[in-house]
Amino acid sequence: MELNSRIPDGPLEKKWDKHRFDMKLVNPSNKRKYKILMVGSGLAGAAGAASLAELGYEVECFCYQDSPRRAHSIAAQGGINAAKNYHNDGDSVRRLFYDTVKGGDFRAREANVHRLAEVSNNIIDQCVGQGVPFAREYGGLLDNRSFGGAQVSRTFYARGQTGQQLLLGAYQALERQIGLGTVQMFSRHEMQELIVVDGVAKGIVTRDMVTGEIKSHLADAVCLATGGYGNTMYLATYAKGCNGTAIWRAHKKGAAFANPCFTQIHPTCIPVTGDHQSKLTLMSESLRNDGRIWVPKRKEDCGKPASQIPEEDRDYYLERKYPSFGNLAPRDIASRAAKQVCDDGRGIGETGLGVYLDFEASIKRLGQNKIEEKYGNLFEMYERITDDNPYQTPMRIFPATHYTMGGLWVDYNLMSTIPGLFVLGEANFSDHGANRLGASALMQGLADGYFVIPYTIGGYLAGIKPGSRIKAEDPAVKAAEQYVSDRVSKLFAINGKETPTHFHRELGKVMWEFCGMGRNEAGLKKALQLIPQIREEFWKNLRIPGSGDEVNQSLELAGRVADFLELGELMCLDALERRESCGGHFREEWQTEEGEALRDDENFCHVAAWEHKGEGQTPVRHTESLTFENVHLATRSYK
Amino acid sequence: MAKHINLTLHVWRQKNAKCDGKFVEYPAANISPDMSFLEMLDVVNEGLIRKGEEPITFDHDCREGICGQCGMVINGRPHGPKERTTTCQLHMRSFKDGESITLEPWRAEAFPVLKDLMVDRGAFDRIIAAGGFISAPTGSPQDANALPIPKENADLAMDAAACIGCAACVAACPNASAMLFVSAKISQLALLPQGQPERYIRVRDMVAQMDAEEFGTCTNHSECEAACPKGIKMENIARMNRDFIKASLTYRPATSGGGAG
Repeated sequence: MELNSRIPDGPLEKKWDKHRFDMKLVNPSNKRKYKILMVGSGLAGAAGAASLAELGYEVECFCYQDSPRRAHSIAAQGGINAAKNYHNDGDSVRRLFYDTVKGGDFRAREANVHRLAEVSNNIIDQCVGQGVPFAREYGGLLDNRSFGGAQVSRTFYARGQTGQQLLLGAYQALERQIGLGTVQMFSRHEMQELIVVDGVAKGIVTRDMVTGEIKSHLADAVCLATGGYGNTMYLATYAKGCNGTAIWRAHKKGAAFANPCFTQIHPTCIPVTGDHQSKLTLMSESLRNDGRIWVPKRKEDCGKPASQIPEEDRDYYLERKYPSFGNLAPRDIASRAAKQVCDDGRGIGETGLGVYLDFEASIKRLGQNKIEEKYGNLFEMYERITDDNPYQTPMRIFPATHYTMGGLWVDYNLMSTIPGLFVLGEANFSDHGANRLGASALMQGLADGYFVIPYTIGGYLAGIKPGSRIKAEDPAVKAAEQYVSDRVSKLFAINGKETPTHFHRELGKVMWEFCGMGRNEAGLKKALQLIPQIREEFWKNLRIPGSGDEVNQSLELAGRVADFLELGELMCLDALERRESCGGHFREEWQTEEGEALRDDENFCHVAAWEHKGEGQTPVRHTESLTFENVHLATRSYK
Repeated sequence: MAKHINLTLHVWRQKNAKCDGKFVEYPAANISPDMSFLEMLDVVNEGLIRKGEEPITFDHDCREGICGQCGMVINGRPHGPKERTTTCQLHMRSFKDGESITLEPWRAEAFPVLKDLMVDRGAFDRIIAAGGFISAPTGSPQDANALPIPKENADLAMDAAACIGCAACVAACPNASAMLFVSAKISQLALLPQGQPERYIRVRDMVAQMDAEEFGTCTNHSECEAACPKGIKMENIARMNRDFIKASLTYRPATSGGGAG
């Protein structure tokens, strides 16, 4: 397998400009002769589908929800980064690029990250033009706030609902095109297979989640914008329906899967309350602007109410360990620090797996009104879930799986190792390295959708004869459809005793314990034994009531869990083979005396891209080496 | 640890849009008050699957009150007894041991039941497609700070934009009117300078689509506002009505374009 990143030559800040000029264009009157499929309708998918349709391409867009407006981008709370420097505090494209490369612990491609920083400003313009109601100051200009891993204020926000507002902007642009007839929308449709002919992506097979109909959609190019695979861990901040099926099927059809072990554990989520827990809820990173994180200094104090622990007996451990970034240390570092104090027996709450996020000092300094204005909806959400009032008692928080930096490998054009298959947003691996900074996911999703794919897909399509799509009678199409319907039958035929959720939960326990915040060789090897056992049990003892030709949520979940049971294994294998610590990937064998991640740039300054070799075969690990010409490889320090 | 409770559920079961439905009773035993309402249904469903029975179908996704996909009528109230709370964020501590709970889908002509508690809300998407946007093709807008917007307007627009499109407003309305939903989008865009060029075309087109979908009209019951999990206000309906009247009075057929150059 060849991993050609196709990074344009020339100086870093000229690469994208040069590349845009070098790519061939598609004649405007020919654009309507090309059909593009967009799977997913989140920030990347909706923005991409709308933008491509505006250019004149024929677009079909798919989502598993009942409406494209539900995609889980909607749940992002805190904000979106851009290098506008509206606040005159020293920001620039160069600084956003630098912070992102450093934040990713030097495991992202410089050229991609620089492009991301370049288009970040266009995104804010675009969203404001669409009517996204970003927060403003009294003078009517846009407001900003700070996020982890940065020392400038570059985060634009819309209360605690930034993802919602950005997604609705993209959704409305998409609906406009649907109304104009240039996009055909398929809601409640789930992609089940990728159609590949002579090594080139030519379409997909979907299942209609209302009627059960299995159908092919054929096109000149396929885009996957299906989000991350963090639900492999079962408990995560993802929506319940988020899944890895689309990218996993593409992987099994030849798309390399890059850095699957790079998962982000977000430091501020509401802790687990019991076995019934079905998902975890995030509390925005923006809260760390005004909240102080602490645990008691002494184990004996952990059972006491927070109000009875005097100031001198509290350990504000982030402020103590990282004085210059303090509570705004990047996510991987803040999560690991929380784990360390809990491992030390100083965690709070019934389970001992929690730390305080305390607003007392800010309320005293700014007044409750100001805090309410900034975070009111987040405080309400917290109270609704926990029955605790965070204005009076500190929030209890704990890290949880939140994002996956890994994903399908793509080149500079966002094309996977299967020609004609493009991957956007969280579903690809490209921009965040081993750790994503806060407010960068929204930026990347929209960058890919609005400002990258509309150019790069043209460069691909210009090389294909218009109107050369394969026919529905093609044997590859029939075979793909048959595969999907056989798989449905196979799932029903098991007729065992256990629910799909049972197996998902079992997998999640293994993943969290052995491939979560701390990983080591023995644990990963154990996980690699346990996961195949769960998978075997799944295929022997699963039960799905009802039938396949109607709404059947158990069937939908079973199909997703079957894929997670394979994907989870690859995550562990990748974690085992990456014998270093970097970003969110913390191998306990590689740490400094102070417990910080210890990278091995000599042996692991590369992207690991896995090639599927067939059922039951060990996948092959390929590497794309990373070079840093503009940011010097250095140990990340936030002290 | 708080004491677990036992409940009796009366759930609307309906195979698909064509079949008739009926209420079926299920026990929900040993429920932790810390569970969310949907987690309680998960527990009931796991039990049903293990017995080989079909689980209760209900829409849900984010489970953090923002995607708008979940929603059912709980004891006669859309999203249940707690104010400004979606079904997924309702917790079992709002219920007492031994209580009976009735669960129904959103009831409206415009929302056919797909199965059990799941309905088709495609009408809402079609209303947005008819005009619920600002036409700003990718790449066309100017610098974001070139157009200052008074904070008050931006805040009011944000209040309206907080709508999650769950359709509880329609389910709560005795007329099954969608005017709270439609007016929230119209208000958000009418309050912003970017929304002015299409302001009156937008309100006409969206209202026309709303009528075509067979939603009822508003007769000021205010049930929508009471049921809305995001606190969307009736004043948006007033703004929509004003804009609609103005749009109707000033309507002119579209002029043709500039001709060949």
